[in-house]
Amino acid sequence: MSGRLVYLDNNATTPIAPEVREAMMPYLTNLYGNPSSMYSFAGEVADGLKKAQASVAALLGATPEEITFTSCGTESDSTAILSAVRTFPEKRHIITTRVEHPAVKNLCENISLFTGHKYRLTQLKVDEKGMLDLAEYEAALSDDTAIASIMWANNETGVIFPIAEMAKMAKKRGILFHTDAVQAVGKIPIDLASLDIDFLSSSGHKLHAPKGVGVLYVKKRTPFTPFLIGGHQERGRRGGTENVASIIALGKASELAATHIGQENSHVRALRDRLEQGLLARIPKAILNGDKDNRLPNTSNISFEYVEGESILLHMNRQGICASSGSACTSGSLEPSHVLRAMGVPFTAAHGSIRFSLSVYNTQEEIDFVLEALPPIIASLRKLSPFWKEGL
Amino acid sequence: MWEYTDKVQEHFLNPRNVGEIDKPDGVGDVGSLACGDALKLTLKIEGGKIADAKFKTFGCASAIASSSALTEMVIGKSLEEASKITNEDIANYLGGLPKEKMHCSVMGREALEAAIANYKGLVLPMAQGEVVCECFGVTDLEIIRAIKESHLRSVEEITNFTKAGGGCGKCEEKLRAILQKTVQGEVAQPAAADKPKRMTTLQKVKKIEEVLEREIRPVLKKDGGDIELLDVDGDIVTVAMRGACGTCAKSQTTIKEYVEKKLRELVLESLIVEEGRE
Ligand SMILES: Cc1ncc(COP(=O)(O)O)c(C=O)c1O
Ligand code: FES
Repeated sequence: MSGRLVYLDNNATTPIAPEVREAMMPYLTNLYGNPSSMYSFAGEVADGLKKAQASVAALLGATPEEITFTSCGTESDSTAILSAVRTFPEKRHIITTRVEHPAVKNLCENISLFTGHKYRLTQLKVDEKGMLDLAEYEAALSDDTAIASIMWANNETGVIFPIAEMAKMAKKRGILFHTDAVQAVGKIPIDLASLDIDFLSSSGHKLHAPKGVGVLYVKKRTPFTPFLIGGHQERGRRGGTENVASIIALGKASELAATHIGQENSHVRALRDRLEQGLLARIPKAILNGDKDNRLPNTSNISFEYVEGESILLHMNRQGICASSGSACTSGSLEPSHVLRAMGVPFTAAHGSIRFSLSVYNTQEEIDFVLEALPPIIASLRKLSPFWKEGL
Repeated sequence: MWEYTDKVQEHFLNPRNVGEIDKPDGVGDVGSLACGDALKLTLKIEGGKIADAKFKTFGCASAIASSSALTEMVIGKSLEEASKITNEDIANYLGGLPKEKMHCSVMGREALEAAIANYKGLVLPMAQGEVVCECFGVTDLEIIRAIKESHLRSVEEITNFTKAGGGCGKCEEKLRAILQKTVQGEVAQPAAADKPKRMTTLQKVKKIEEVLEREIRPVLKKDGGDIELLDVDGDIVTVAMRGACGTCAKSQTTIKEYVEKKLRELVLESLIVEEGRE
């Protein structure tokens, strides 16, 4: 394989930004004090954490006290949802969607195992573009609802849900609202101060910080029951000595994200559109998945009919191009992506879906390379396919 | 990422004998788009020998490599020799396949059988079985054969080899039953216990009623109480406390500390007992 690497899988994870790495280095070397200790050597570390908290808060339009650091997006999701059901044990209904990340989906589907109680679960449907029906949501909200957990942006298609409106509708009924914003933070502007969101989850490694650090936003005055019980760290909201270097990194990454958000919507969006339009024009029987006008600026999910996703990825890999697929063979299960199936994407297309997800570090030259590389790959696999006929 | 051998990768990147034979003597068409893999094998047969073989495959790298390997293996063989090729032979020819991908080699063998049967004008017995797994259209005969040929010992292995059970999971009980029957017929001892215990709702209800009657009611009755089973949904057991227990403020504790513990111990570890409101 040549040394070339074209990384178009930023919804899976992102490279650590050089500035971020630099900011965290001192905390991996000299500044090793425990932020809870009483001497000034450790005080410096505690100050670093405070600053990081403020940077994250600024990116989200929150106050620093509303920010708690966790070990990942998954922990933030679990903490928020379990907090709500433990705070209101008599409420036995949860609302979520059919297209959530497993971090929310699997928790909600198995919540009785963790709480010892039986719950009613509403998993909202999506239409063929991946959008929700707000009337269905409104009808589902009930006095028995402990929490509504709705993702802000979908990791597979990039489709953005009307979170501001949905949070408002929940608030009106006095229902707690959580959003998994792991894919949204840093890609679209978020101002929590003006919204009725009670809990928001985000994850460091999706915005150029390291893996293994996350954020849980809890709105001021929202009742909260912690998940990890232990010391007084994070003001008692999460026990455990802080993952200092990664938190510092996430602080720096948040500062960068705040300055890059304009670029996401200009540079990144332009590259994504160039890639998408180029592929759709060059490759017959290629279908865009997800609402074209309601998407993250960095994500494009395209189905290449009559070929299978894993085969496409392996050929791309040979040329150093990284992306992912919703095909059955890549998921480790035998069925294609639950997101595409919920949208009613036909099997013929779901098995051949490829997700491209870009970042500010991608270049036009890389996109043009992919535009040259992919059409012959699809053509050669279609030659092998018993379902493909020239001129289809 | 899957771990593929060099040979799998090589066949995937440079598949042999791609295409369709013009006026073939035998055609084997297996799998479907919905299932995620499909193979069309065409054979040219001359003097009882496979003179040529070509394939078209929709599927992942191991499906393509298995098909390519298959054509290489059968060309030049007599029909008799070819029909002895097993899916293990195909996998071995490629230096092995990841276990989750064994169904790709099974698809190869099925296509070969179908093509030979088509040449001979026969109807394949396998397709005549009863469909057990609706999601992937797998019949009992296919499953029994895979169990015997590849010495499968768990439902998970059946899924790896035949795909049955890999979708909605509804057929799991049936697969377990087929496995047990087949294995018992094959070797004297029963199948190695796989995975934690699983029971159908009906089995659960019966067992729970039994334990309530034998163990729990007698104890509650001593205090002038009683218990009634209202519902079993998955692992959630709903009960109502009667008599003195029904009005006792401690009934919740009794349910969790006593009834649930007993049922977990004697019926199923994962049960959750709740008090039903009427
Ligand atoms: C929407 C969404 N939620 C949650 C997660 C989980 O985040 P983490 O990997 O930090 O646990 C991801 C990451 O894949 C995601 O895309
Ligand atoms: S019927 Fe077998 S997996 Fe659905």
